[in-house]
Amino acid sequence: MEIPKSFLGYKRENGRAGTRNHVIILPVDDISNACAEAVANNIKGTIALPHSYGRLQFGADLELHFRTMIGTGKNPNVAAVIVVGIEPKWTKRIVDAIATTGKPVEGFSIEGVGDIDTIAKVSKKAQELSMWASEKQREECPMSDLWISVKCGESDTTSGLASNPTVGNLMDKLEPLGVHLCFGETSELTGAETVCEKRGKTPEAQAKFKKTWNDYNDFILKEATDDLSESQPTAGNIAGGLTTIEEKAFGNFQKIGGCQFIDVLEPAEEPTKGAGLYFMDTSSAAAECVTLQAAGGFNIHLFPTGQGNIIGNPIEPVIKLTANPLTAKTMSEHIDVDVSKILSREMNLSQAGDELIKSTIRVANGRLTCAESLGHKEFVMTKLYRSA
Amino acid sequence: MSNTDIIIHDEKDNVGVVVVEKITPDLDCNCWIMENDKSVSIQSKDEIPLGHKIAMIDLNAGDTILKYGHDIGKVVKTIKKGEHVHVHNVKTKKW
Repeated sequence: MEIPKSFLGYKRENGRAGTRNHVIILPVDDISNACAEAVANNIKGTIALPHSYGRLQFGADLELHFRTMIGTGKNPNVAAVIVVGIEPKWTKRIVDAIATTGKPVEGFSIEGVGDIDTIAKVSKKAQELSMWASEKQREECPMSDLWISVKCGESDTTSGLASNPTVGNLMDKLEPLGVHLCFGETSELTGAETVCEKRGKTPEAQAKFKKTWNDYNDFILKEATDDLSESQPTAGNIAGGLTTIEEKAFGNFQKIGGCQFIDVLEPAEEPTKGAGLYFMDTSSAAAECVTLQAAGGFNIHLFPTGQGNIIGNPIEPVIKLTANPLTAKTMSEHIDVDVSKILSREMNLSQAGDELIKSTIRVANGRLTCAESLGHKEFVMTKLYRSA
Repeated sequence: MSNTDIIIHDEKDNVGVVVVEKITPDLDCNCWIMENDKSVSIQSKDEIPLGHKIAMIDLNAGDTILKYGHDIGKVVKTIKKGEHVHVHNVKTKKW
């Protein structure tokens, strides 16, 4: 198949392109959720992104909170942002950072005003931004404007056999076109960590990966009461035939095809070394991982599943594929791309990769994913440790 | 091409993955080795569901299970060729 050279996206002020055109109401903290949700209920064409944190965090955990908030606002799938926080200082820090993209962004704080008057003020601004964004048109954008993140979930042996290698095939075909790519899931590389390390393109990238994985492993050894055997592999993984974390890791690792990663990113960190594959240090919990990748600036997500994970994200469309014929049948409303014919040898990996590329472009052009049409909007902040 | 019951990733692997809804005991199964596109056959000894593994050779406690050509764990209980390989007879080497 000849790979298309372009897709229809929303060109943004900073030169990036979005596959979606969201106007988001972003609460800085847990107690501002009610206000953000009330505004999103008032004004059509806006979405609130409620979450559980943002108070009394400190150090690296607070920095990650800010990075996630700011990155979410900067994501090119977002046309405009309203930030609502309890107090003005943290609200302003987020507004100022998002404003560097050139997109419309405004902040409001609730202290000294109360919810009701804040909701009224924010609603007026939200209406203006929603109507402004509704006039944005899709334009032809080069494939290099796609920033594709990947993560698998509810994996079984069919993931390692077929759906993960299908994603790997897509990566092998799209990497030469200058696409940004990102994989994560530090924990789920356990067992394949030395093989993964060697995929670093430079000694620096390899050393950075090794340190990231070692830090993670030290943390597990320090915090775990016994080991990870109750959670890795998960009960769903075991039901699907995965026996050990090593088996899961090598299956997971198939997602990057033959690509080498050029850098290792902190959670929610934006890549700065140009096109190519990046590893991001993330949890393997689906919603946490995709939330971090979206905050890193990725604008479309590929999610292979075995037993049928149903995750979505509010700003980054999540495309599901499965090679498990039972899942494709019993959970069809969640599956965008069925590659189960690989198992019966009616389809080869390259054909499956081509199908996935076609679906990716359709979704980039605006086709709703299964998760979007079902209303999946899991926005989950990663927390590094307890608040003060 | 005959129906494929079992897929093996790498020629070095000592386990294959069932890709039909399930296989029943004493069945002659067709296996496809993805890496080199060769076909082999094996007789099953257990009922094994979709996605689960079958032993391609006899294995003893302490042996290493190879899948994707890589070490994915150790045998903790004797496994005969054609038997189901899973958490009851294989464990991680990580802990």
